[in-house]
Amino acid sequence: MRYHPLTDADRADMLAAIGAASVDELFVAVPADKRLAGLLDLPTTKSELEVERLMGRMAARNTAAGDVPFFVGAGAYRHHVPATVDHLIQRSEFLTSYTPYQPEIAQGTLQVLFEFQTQVARLTGMEVANASMYDGSTGCAEAVLMAHRLTRRRKAVLSGSLHPQYRAVVETLGRMADDDIVALPADPTATEDVLAAIDGETSCVVVQSPSFYGHLIDLRPIAEKAHAVGALLVAVFTEVVALAAIEPPGAQGADIVVGEGQSLGNPLGFGGPYVGLFATREKFVRQMPGRLCGETLDADGRRGFVLTLSTREQHIRRDKATSNICTNSGLCCLAFSIHATLLGEAGLTRMAALNHAGAADLADRLAAVPGVTVLNDTFFNEFTVRLPGDAAAIVERLAERGVLAGVPVSRLEPGRPELADLLVVAVTETVSEEDRAAFVAALAEILP
Amino acid sequence: MMNTQGRPTQPDAATGAAPLETFTGNRGLQIEEPLIFEVGRPETTGVDLPAAPAHASRLGGHARTAPIGLPGLSEPEAMRHYVRLSRQNYAIDLGLYPLGSCTMKHNPRLNEKMARLPGFADVHPLQPLSTVEGAVALMQELSHWLLEMTGMAAVALSPKAGAHGELCGMMAIKAAIAARGENRSIVLVPESAHGTNPATAALIGYKVVPVPARADGTVDPEAVKARLSPDVAAIMLTNPNTCGLFERDVVAIAEAVHAAGAFFYGDGANFNAIVGKVKPGDLGVDAMHINLHKTFSTPHGGGGPGAGPVVLSAALAPFAPLPFIRLEAGRPVLVETEAGTEAGERPFGRLTAFHGQMGMYVRALAYMLAHGADGLRQASEDAVLSANYVKARLADLFHAPYGDQPCMHEVLFDDASLEGTGITTLDFAKAMIDEGYHPMTMYFPLVVHGAMLIEPTESESKASLDLFIATLRDLAMAAKAGDTERFRQAPRLAPRRRLDETRAARSPKLSWTEPAPIAAAAE
Repeated sequence: MRYHPLTDADRADMLAAIGAASVDELFVAVPADKRLAGLLDLPTTKSELEVERLMGRMAARNTAAGDVPFFVGAGAYRHHVPATVDHLIQRSEFLTSYTPYQPEIAQGTLQVLFEFQTQVARLTGMEVANASMYDGSTGCAEAVLMAHRLTRRRKAVLSGSLHPQYRAVVETLGRMADDDIVALPADPTATEDVLAAIDGETSCVVVQSPSFYGHLIDLRPIAEKAHAVGALLVAVFTEVVALAAIEPPGAQGADIVVGEGQSLGNPLGFGGPYVGLFATREKFVRQMPGRLCGETLDADGRRGFVLTLSTREQHIRRDKATSNICTNSGLCCLAFSIHATLLGEAGLTRMAALNHAGAADLADRLAAVPGVTVLNDTFFNEFTVRLPGDAAAIVERLAERGVLAGVPVSRLEPGRPELADLLVVAVTETVSEEDRAAFVAALAEILP
Repeated sequence: MMNTQGRPTQPDAATGAAPLETFTGNRGLQIEEPLIFEVGRPETTGVDLPAAPAHASRLGGHARTAPIGLPGLSEPEAMRHYVRLSRQNYAIDLGLYPLGSCTMKHNPRLNEKMARLPGFADVHPLQPLSTVEGAVALMQELSHWLLEMTGMAAVALSPKAGAHGELCGMMAIKAAIAARGENRSIVLVPESAHGTNPATAALIGYKVVPVPARADGTVDPEAVKARLSPDVAAIMLTNPNTCGLFERDVVAIAEAVHAAGAFFYGDGANFNAIVGKVKPGDLGVDAMHINLHKTFSTPHGGGGPGAGPVVLSAALAPFAPLPFIRLEAGRPVLVETEAGTEAGERPFGRLTAFHGQMGMYVRALAYMLAHGADGLRQASEDAVLSANYVKARLADLFHAPYGDQPCMHEVLFDDASLEGTGITTLDFAKAMIDEGYHPMTMYFPLVVHGAMLIEPTESESKASLDLFIATLRDLAMAAKAGDTERFRQAPRLAPRRRLDETRAARSPKLSWTEPAPIAAAAE
């Protein structure tokens, strides 16, 4: 097998050095009656060409986003990633290294993490960010747990602006940990009264802006109300590019900011791996989950970086740790950070403007289609439309016409008739004017 | 004083450190690289984009007013920045990486190529299911391989890493116990376990009761029985364990646990030693996560991403979280919501948005297909053979606390052989760096003093193993001969000398801030 350097002669020599007659003698501790006599009931080894054929066939049964007019978002976004990013993350020294536990020979990864943490802190308007979570949704659940630790309360209020799957992740952990999770109903029109749900027992209120439905939400009054009763504001985002265009949650009083970083550097990839961004205020850092990279000096007085404050973490603190997280999203952080560095402030701002202008244009075009209503007064690159019929069925018919039109809310909120005609539509810089025109034309064609 | 590249420009009064010998601070091919915040400029970009067409803003009153503070680099500058940084990292592609319990084996580039096929990389998790049949088929194929290898009934693919998989398994156990109308509060965890085990159990409200190991490094079924009660929900047992040993009484432990109405969570971190040799399902395991980034070689990437699918016994299968795949007349159907479930399916909830680490599924399946049943068994056997070879060749110079039995894929030494030398496990590890090796796992597991856990993996040639062994022997003899400077000063030849971790933790500097102007700093 091409991945195995040992030859049979090597194996025989090694067994002789060990003093074993066969490799099976090394498995003596495995109960004899449980050992497998033959091979697993699976195919045998394949050449590279054979693997490529098999997998290529599976890949060919999927519609790649780049091949069609594409408007699907709702937590994952198709942006253009420069070729440099994918080249650099495949450098052996980044791709095939472990978590930087030996900092003297891991300064590359560590400096990238330090730069990443700084980029995330600045984008979110917060003081410190960690070295990543698995993704936005798991980061959101960790943010709630962190708020519980900080406030010594166990009731979280989830706004109806929150992505339904993020809500489900928080609810699942809350149920298992016997915490109280109060989830407000889905809020496609941004008219909920979240303030009324915050009381003296509330540990945190979790609000997403831009919301799952695309609305931009003023976090200030929510932060004020939360702080007045000793609760924290957890601000969530799923589209990090929005933070270049809108006032960051840190400037609006958020205590923990958590979100999805996939948009920069990382492909859609059918949902993962992604990269959770997690930022907070300096005074809360010792209750933060996940790895942190910090600056220090080496024995020669040179600047260097190490993983730090690890007494929060599971490998030191075990059952008293702030989280059980170990492996996180190192390589996805790297992709995020390289893309952000290539863009810089000027590029990211321009990219955000392109997203917003494209979305505004499509919203206007869709609003002009008879029977279609745009629900949003405000949005960044994603908004919700009410269609004259079942949105999932319309999306299927549009897919047959070669347009992937967005996410029907019923995909995530089934069995809710009042949401069945809603479609969440995203527009990024990868969507051309022809794509937008094709969408509107196809929609007009199939609507009665 | 530091210059902008973090180098001293004059001898430092506090540390006594001398300035470096070259003007630039570079040493030949080893080139120093400042932070992007020191060399980048907000107006510079390495991405050419058209200006946005004029359009009325729909941001309402929410437009950003303050700058972000993000420096940019042109494309050639960015390329150099990251290539230079990359060269400060050790990597499996550079050399033997014997981190016990972490499984640093070869990462085939075929897997990277497959993951980048547009049909996998450029598909959205929420585009119509009719347009992603190949993706769901791939998830089903991966599930089939995992279930055959483990002999289990069902698999939850979505956990994002090993610790997330532990959470998944323990939640399934909690749900199954609740479904019986019971409430149990204790989880047994051997002292040698990874820290993630107790952390996971505590995360969902369990009280952790440790189980000590017996003298041979394995868990005694009698010690487990003594701690079992109607209040025990589960045992979390790593097998092979973190001492590199197969738990020889695993079947008796499983039977005792089941007899007490509790569940057996198997930590599959070390599954790579036994693939094709024994099925965890045959040993009585109820739930086990599989680190695709260890056993199936998806790249570690400097700390992730990983993937931690969890295989489940028939007793736990109904509680598998959303999403899961149901076979309908042989056709895989992705069930994403509670509303999509059928009788007998009682998902405990959802662990993550979307469907899990698809990019890792593609890589892991490519690895499995390439190996096949024969190659997978060979990989386990070679990993175990290599670890035992290292153990045998070092037996006279290092002390293996459980050395009178074969090890599995990793060999554990303690620091008894360094006693009296004044050299610690840490010093020894740092001296390995100067010899061009990444150190072994140090000070883990916690059950032996000054632990050195070595996992060579199946990816090393015999010549590579022999040089590694010779190097460790040379270091051990130098230690015994009293050459303490070689150890205490190490590493001398790495991009950095030892880093001051105490300083980093005492006043944490976790992000870059503009240095104070010189005049102000002098006051």
